[in-house]
Amino acid sequence: MFIIKHKKIFIIISVTLVVLSFLSLFIFGLNVGIDFKGGALAEVVYNNERPTQETLNKPLEALNFGSILLQPTGDLGYIVKSRSLNDLEHSLLLQTLSQDNASALTETNFNSIGPSVGRELTRKAVIAVVLISLAIICFIAFAFRKVSKPVSSWKYGIIAIVTLLHDVAIPVGLFTILSHFYSAELDTLFVVAILTILGLSVSDTIVIFDRIRENLKNEVLTTRVAKNNFEEIVGKSLEQSFVRSICTSLTVILVLLALFFFGPATTKYFALMLTVGMFFGTYSSIFLASPLLVLVEERQKK
Amino acid sequence: MIKKIIFSIFILLLGAGVAFFVYKTEPKLNKNFETEKSFFKNHPFRLGLDLSGGSHLIYKADINGVPSGQVGDSMDALRDIIERRVNLFGVSEPVVQIQHSGFVSGSDEQLIVDLPGITDVKKAIEMIGQTPLLEFKIEASKDAPQKAKVGPDGKLELDLSSQFVSTELTGRYLQKATLEFDANTREPRVSLQFDDTGTKLFAQITKDNIGKMVAIYLDGAPISTPVVREEIPNGQAVISGSFTPSEAKTLVGRLNSGALPVPISLLSTQTIGATLGDRALNAGVRAAIIGFLLVALFLILWYRLPGLVAVIALCIFIVIILSLFKLLPVTLTAAGIAGFIISIGIAVDANVLIFERVKEELHAGRSIADAVTHGFSRAWLAIRDSNISNFITALILFWFGTSLIKGFALTLGMGVIVSMFSAITITRIFLSALRFIGEGKAARFLFSSGLSK
Repeated sequence: MFIIKHKKIFIIISVTLVVLSFLSLFIFGLNVGIDFKGGALAEVVYNNERPTQETLNKPLEALNFGSILLQPTGDLGYIVKSRSLNDLEHSLLLQTLSQDNASALTETNFNSIGPSVGRELTRKAVIAVVLISLAIICFIAFAFRKVSKPVSSWKYGIIAIVTLLHDVAIPVGLFTILSHFYSAELDTLFVVAILTILGLSVSDTIVIFDRIRENLKNEVLTTRVAKNNFEEIVGKSLEQSFVRSICTSLTVILVLLALFFFGPATTKYFALMLTVGMFFGTYSSIFLASPLLVLVEERQKK
Repeated sequence: MIKKIIFSIFILLLGAGVAFFVYKTEPKLNKNFETEKSFFKNHPFRLGLDLSGGSHLIYKADINGVPSGQVGDSMDALRDIIERRVNLFGVSEPVVQIQHSGFVSGSDEQLIVDLPGITDVKKAIEMIGQTPLLEFKIEASKDAPQKAKVGPDGKLELDLSSQFVSTELTGRYLQKATLEFDANTREPRVSLQFDDTGTKLFAQITKDNIGKMVAIYLDGAPISTPVVREEIPNGQAVISGSFTPSEAKTLVGRLNSGALPVPISLLSTQTIGATLGDRALNAGVRAAIIGFLLVALFLILWYRLPGLVAVIALCIFIVIILSLFKLLPVTLTAAGIAGFIISIGIAVDANVLIFERVKEELHAGRSIADAVTHGFSRAWLAIRDSNISNFITALILFWFGTSLIKGFALTLGMGVIVSMFSAITITRIFLSALRFIGEGKAARFLFSSGLSK
């Protein structure tokens, strides 16, 4: 199997991608949205003509709401970001934007989240991430509870977790780039995307590992030469299962692409993150997990 | 054999029936929706605020003054009061819920109010902040000028408000309101008990206006205009409008809820304009349809006859899920639709695993019937494993959830469960009904997959 033969190349590709993702995370950082840090976001559309940013900046500063960010959207709209606003401040903002009703506008969207709600959501997100990670580790432990040779069960488990981290790191890296260049924000859906990727990609790896162990067992029972051709058996198992691995992921990727290209604006980045996560989830179960397994077995022999 | 075919036809008919239900309950798909039976009318999709437009408000309840044992009770009372207020303003399907403090949810007792269709935050906040306004008015003196205006139909309309003048007596002096039924007519009525000041004021008003009308105004509109027969010194009044029992009960609750049990303060607000919601909804539906077509195309091209069977099973899966959304009902948000769309992709996972195994068994030289049977039984473990991890994720997300995440977790979780049934059971029945095509070359071609001939 060429994947096993050239395993070093694939492992290097994966390591490079993960390192790049981490670099991008440290260089660009994550643009945390108002879901988590609190703040207000208003979207307005002017009925006739949009005043220029320069004309609006001065009166907006006079409001003393701290820094207000004005982003043009569409032909006639602005997205306005600021700290969280109460009812009165909200009306003041709208009045200023409409230049004291000189340029009529409609507010299509307003969202103000107090800092305490943001803190609470952050807490919840952290708890969910921890819980799901624990649940998945338990699931992996359960899946590999039986003893196996020549590589012991817990090593399969560790490799499954390493591939999982790889599957999450790459979409996060991509997101930091999106966040830097297209001002995507880390919001609740981002966390949901990460957690869903965890759930979707772990099963792929487990299915392939199960196949490897099944083949190992049969081999031991029938020919009793398993220990010498571990590489071959892994290769054979991959050959048997990579088509269905790709096919099961492909159906999910197809619907995700539909969601990305045609779906609502709110779930665009969500769909993109999941697509990338699914893609690398499948890639890693074929091109990373099994090569790593063979590598571990080789090290053992030395 | 015949039995299997009859069973398959039965399932197809059942699926068609469910599809018919989904179709009939959609206002957009039926021109004469208003004339439909109420069963159909009562089951449209329930759309979340981000799709229908509306306001989402989060209040913090200040429970410092409440003894710890009674927090739950006062929060329930608070929810009932706010719910009543919102209902009275005619918002369709408002959602008012309490989020208790706890390990997962944080340290605040919160009240969450969803108001579909209300896109004016200010109005929404006012609506909730308002205490009911109860006023007693007396007839204006005959000399006072009567205001009149010309109505839209050209007739002269007497302005009712100029007939009555306000008095000092308002709901402020109300001690409590109770619901009773008239001993003779069994009509429901609302009995009011004033406090000391109110009793004095009411005695004075009734004394001065014997033989005249006293109007009882609720939120600026007269709800009852009884004629005073004698002075009432005990501070008791009765409003006997033409209430239905439930209306009277609502009114009593509202009057008694004049003051909120605990003070509340607004933590965060969100409004989504109706056009924005509409656009998101259309995009979601479009993405779902395109996603389905892509998956169907792939299945048929790659897996041929079994693929076609899987597509039919997928259709049944979709109508079952959609009707569950309607019947439970599930509030659909953009994230919820995303969860549903992803579940379409996941739903066929089991089919893919089975068909790949069938192909292997065919390669190993088994007959089609044998290969199908073995394919199903051998693929089961892999199917179980891949669904378990998805289901765990959905479950924890649902538990952790804010409403946004709950929507996604719920639709995804439901998809995972229903797909186990549709992709395994339904496909199996259909495939076993197809055995009549035999073992010929054509049959073997139809049952192979991928690029092989």
